Amino acid sequence: MLSIKNLHANIEGKEILKGINFEVKPGEVHAIMGPNGSGKSTLASVLAGREIFNVTEGEVSYFGKDLLDMSAEERASEGVFLGFQYPIEIPGVSMVNFMKTAVNEQRKHKGLDPMSASDFLKLMREKKELVELDAALANRSVNEGFSGGEKKRNEIFQMAMLEPKLSILDETDSGLDIDALRIVANGVNKLKTKDNATIVITHYQRLLDYIIPDFVHVLYNGKIIKSGGKDLALELEEKGYDWLKKGENL
Amino acid sequence: MSLEDIKTEPKIKFLDIYQKNIDDIQNGSPDYINKIREEAIVAFEKLGIPDKKNEDYKYTDLNKEFNNGFKMYLSPKNIQFKVDDIFTCDVPDLNTKVILLLNGWYYDRENLIHELPNGALIGSLQAAAQKYPELVKKHFAKYAKIDKEGLVAMNTAFAKDGVFMYVPKGVVIEKPIQIINILMDDEEGFTQHRNLFVLEENSQASIVVCDHTLSRPNFLTNSVTEVFVGERANLKYSRMQNEHNGSKQVSNLYFQQEKNSTVDTNTITLHGGLIRNNVHVLLNGEFCENNTTGLYLNDKGQHIDNYVFMDHAYPNCLSNQLFKGVLDDFATGAFNGRVLVRKDAQKTQAFQSNNNILLTDDADINTKPQLEIYADDVKCSHGATVGQLDEDALFYLRARGIDKKEAKLLLMYAFAHDVIKTIQVPALQERIQDLVDKRLRGELSRCNSCQMHCC
Repeated sequence: MLSIKNLHANIEGKEILKGINFEVKPGEVHAIMGPNGSGKSTLASVLAGREIFNVTEGEVSYFGKDLLDMSAEERASEGVFLGFQYPIEIPGVSMVNFMKTAVNEQRKHKGLDPMSASDFLKLMREKKELVELDAALANRSVNEGFSGGEKKRNEIFQMAMLEPKLSILDETDSGLDIDALRIVANGVNKLKTKDNATIVITHYQRLLDYIIPDFVHVLYNGKIIKSGGKDLALELEEKGYDWLKKGENL
Repeated sequence: MSLEDIKTEPKIKFLDIYQKNIDDIQNGSPDYINKIREEAIVAFEKLGIPDKKNEDYKYTDLNKEFNNGFKMYLSPKNIQFKVDDIFTCDVPDLNTKVILLLNGWYYDRENLIHELPNGALIGSLQAAAQKYPELVKKHFAKYAKIDKEGLVAMNTAFAKDGVFMYVPKGVVIEKPIQIINILMDDEEGFTQHRNLFVLEENSQASIVVCDHTLSRPNFLTNSVTEVFVGERANLKYSRMQNEHNGSKQVSNLYFQQEKNSTVDTNTITLHGGLIRNNVHVLLNGEFCENNTTGLYLNDKGQHIDNYVFMDHAYPNCLSNQLFKGVLDDFATGAFNGRVLVRKDAQKTQAFQSNNNILLTDDADINTKPQLEIYADDVKCSHGATVGQLDEDALFYLRARGIDKKEAKLLLMYAFAHDVIKTIQVPALQERIQDLVDKRLRGELSRCNSCQMHCC
């Protein structure tokens, strides 16, 4: 579904991604790991369509279409979902209004009529339960006054509402205690089907105890320097990144 | 027109008009009003029309705006129209009695004064000045002082009509009263209406004022509204300004609040060529509460200037000012919020905030909080922000599939909502919400059901 070839991207002239290659097929879970500043979040942002990054080289095809040619909203409507590392607080926009707008905009993109109010509320209820999101949160402004854990759970809630084909979860585990981590991971696992795929970006191996990846990629200095199966994550946990960095320097 | 005439400053022109039309101006007003006119024209001669050299009018050159040949309405011009044909403001739950002012004159010439239940009155100020002299005399020109503001002096000298409302002691008017200022003529006009609202102690009322232009010519308005709010009285005062780009208006709103009284006032500026709103509040007793809020949405070459003067003269009062604005294209604006806490006004709580979003590089806002505090045990704060839409929030919305335009609207709407939620009449709040939404979408050119395409 997703094929990334030689992707280069910079911000304000500073090159962050220096030639990324990998492929994601339906049903797969990919983990991207790597030390701070290696370009993990940039990769997620570039895939989601954040315009402050400039793609200078390479291509990304998504179900045969040129992903880089689409706006952020088109990508979302085509099934790309970014779980934010730092979800944004938007005072004055209620969660309900936000999700209703998002769901209906995506439906419009697909040529469907807006969802009826009752169907929508039913959907909200179902999905809230899935991520054990406090019902009261849904009546508040988007992320406003949410705790760190609530914000992350809210990301998974939105994912559940929008049913994306490709989810990119950027450091979804950061700042979560073990219970919250389990809830978030459970949500992701429940949403998994043979037709969708997930890219989990993480610092720590911890999350991968709950979300089992099919592939692990190590990103360092804007490049994937090693790919492997789920065992690679354990190896990294044990040995750190240094032994790989040395290889890179050669 | 000779070169001499062109050079004449507008003040001289208006003094001249006053002298030449003194009979018409005095006609229909009782002596006590005409006596005040005489004092007012002297004050006007001294004060003139504020120009940019006046610190309080630094960002709005009114002298220029008043330098026109617009016709003044010294008597009501008979323009017949069926109100329902062109104007049905469909806010539910408002008082069925809609008060219309046409070019500054009370429109229903057959019924100049309405007696409401329990002795409350509403009607033409000119008629009330004759029929209820004691009542009008007690309050007229007592709160809007002629020796401070040139434009108040000018209005006091020239104004002939407007709306008068009287709510006696202990009386509660349940449903909001709607006043619609209509500007409509086939030639350019200058109106100076005058309103006087008196709420005696323990009374309660809610007023909704809408300003509309219903024909294309340019208009200038210089209005003065005086409001007396007696002890423990409660007034909700909402204004909606929706005039076309060729209209200019200065509104001078004066509140005097007696102890334990509460006033909530909001001004929603949807449209208008040039608008200057002056709000003066005198908290004239302990334990008063005043909430003054405003929202302005300006685009193209529109100009908005809000000035608030909150005078804490007694201890233990609370005031809140919240003004928010979105400026698009090359619109310009200013906000000046002055809070004065007098020496003995201990335990004052005064808060003020002005937030602006500029959608383009050419839009411009000047914001100036002004706190003068002479008491030492007070809680006061002020804050002003000028910014763009939050790019992170915008991306967050877009990353969920909401297109850029819609995402921007959501954010602007959320920004405006803080002010809208201060509107305490639920039906009106909903209506304003809808109008603001339409305005931000660029769909609003007029009040929904109005047939005139004036904006």
